[in-house]
Amino acid sequence: MLQIPEAQVIVGDNAPPVAVAPLTKRKVTSTVQEARIRRVFVVSGFFSVIIMGLIVLFLFKEGLGLFSTVSVKDFLFGEFWYPTYDPADFGILPLIAGSMAVTVISSAIAVPLGVGAALYLGEVAGHRTREILKPAVELLASLPSVVLGFVGMVVIAPLMQQWWDIPTGLNILNASMMLAIMAIPTIASISEDALHAVPKDLVEASLALGATRLETLTRVIIPGAISGMGTGVILGMSRAMGETMVVLMVAGGAAQIPTSIFESVRPLPATIAAEMGETPFGSEHYHALFAIGIVLFLLTMGFNLVAAYISRRFHQKGAATL
Amino acid sequence: MSRHSLASRHFSQNLAFTVFRLIMLTVLAALGGILLYVFIHGISAISWEFLTAEPTNSMTTGGIFPAIMGTLYLTVGAILVALPLGVAAAIYLSEYATDGRTLRIVRLGIQNLAGVPSVVFGLFGLALFVGYFHLGISIAAGSLTLGLLILPTIIGASEEALRQVPSTFREASLGLGATRWQTIRKVVLPAALPGILTGSILGIGRAAGETAPIMFTAATFYTIGLPRSPLDTVMALPYHIYVLATAGTHIEQTRPLQYGTVLVLISMVLGLSLVAIIIRTRMRKTKQW
Repeated sequence: MLQIPEAQVIVGDNAPPVAVAPLTKRKVTSTVQEARIRRVFVVSGFFSVIIMGLIVLFLFKEGLGLFSTVSVKDFLFGEFWYPTYDPADFGILPLIAGSMAVTVISSAIAVPLGVGAALYLGEVAGHRTREILKPAVELLASLPSVVLGFVGMVVIAPLMQQWWDIPTGLNILNASMMLAIMAIPTIASISEDALHAVPKDLVEASLALGATRLETLTRVIIPGAISGMGTGVILGMSRAMGETMVVLMVAGGAAQIPTSIFESVRPLPATIAAEMGETPFGSEHYHALFAIGIVLFLLTMGFNLVAAYISRRFHQKGAATL
Repeated sequence: MSRHSLASRHFSQNLAFTVFRLIMLTVLAALGGILLYVFIHGISAISWEFLTAEPTNSMTTGGIFPAIMGTLYLTVGAILVALPLGVAAAIYLSEYATDGRTLRIVRLGIQNLAGVPSVVFGLFGLALFVGYFHLGISIAAGSLTLGLLILPTIIGASEEALRQVPSTFREASLGLGATRWQTIRKVVLPAALPGILTGSILGIGRAAGETAPIMFTAATFYTIGLPRSPLDTVMALPYHIYVLATAGTHIEQTRPLQYGTVLVLISMVLGLSLVAIIIRTRMRKTKQW
């Protein structure tokens, strides 16, 4: 045992004379180099911000051209979208209404299911069950949207038409169901993280006082996790609003303000995707589609900022804020 | 609480938990139902010829080989764009950044980039890469667009992987006289590699399944043979599904081909996700710190 420190001393004695002289010189160059490397990474960090800036720049550059001929008011509140008529109508109110309709209805489906799934995963399921089911929910999130669009179109639409004897199965309800499938994993996984983040001592204190697990859940865990769950819900809604392929294939494509969930609509992303391919580069219609892109961008960014605000403002800071 | 007997409190708990369980079952049934339905209807279309031949008779017969290769080109291109940028950004966030205004702006940028709808990425790619950089509708333009789309995914996964490397690793390396960059390169990155890999695989899966961003930047209905340069247009699986299912005069006739293509796409995307999940689970079990 005593030999070990001795051996280290010998190594220590041998090493310095060889290394001292070159070390000082290398240290100077390496400090310069380190600063340079650091700068490269700072710039890489800012790359996402730069891309966001470029997205805004190019959307506006291509989209604002429309407003030399169409007023902002006529664009946002115009009730008719006839981009290929002569003279053309570029009113996107029906498109906004379509987007709102599918977003609201899909949330009505996805929020209870997503939150319920999170509550099951977080509070009811045993450890092993959770280890298997969490990846399953992640798999649901990775289903490509075009596949859901395909299923809605080929499988669900004919069934709906048969069951309820309606003119078309490509409608708000069908699109909302498919969008809900996309939003559920987002809502479930963020909510589950939030439930998990509630301090364990609070939960144990509640159980020790004789509350059942359900009472602990509704009075301690959910109040503590509500901001995280709210963030999840809003991000899920944002995802539903921005999703393209499902509404392109399943919502029916009629640019009208809907009066029932069995009617077809033409949400904002579907309009862009369906019409961009047939539009001459630089035409009025082309600019109008970019202007729709601006509206869609601002709407989803609004949702995301609200989600970021909620998660910051109501963030659980230990037990004291409960 | 005292108004209710213990039995009734337990009854309401069981009731609520049963509801949660049923909800979970519903969600799983949706996933299982879709997978099963597509499998049953698609499996009969799958054959060696379907996977390796080109479409014939104006897309009503033959295979989807060019679409499979196109999706491969686009996703490889996307990951070539996103991986270096994403890992570099993650290194900044985890190793260099200090709390403050700068970091808040960077995080806000990444968060918002993650929330930009895919069709808006398509518009952006059309305006910047196809138009402004004159790449035309091409593999290059589509890969760049998809690369930017998956950038936040890569950053998020890489940052998490870097943060999970214990700080004692860094301290030991710095204590031995290594510089910060040497520490990152030789100690932190190797330890974080499996996590970064997992994130990249998830990113590839996402890029392979996206349709809207490539609709106006890369994809085309039909090409003769495979693309010969990055500036050529390509066929891609998701776009192929969309076109076969919605356009043309043979929608009913090509239904088996559509199911087959959906099955191939789902197998690719879910297969990748499954691989990523398995790597992650293994990693958690075998991790030595």
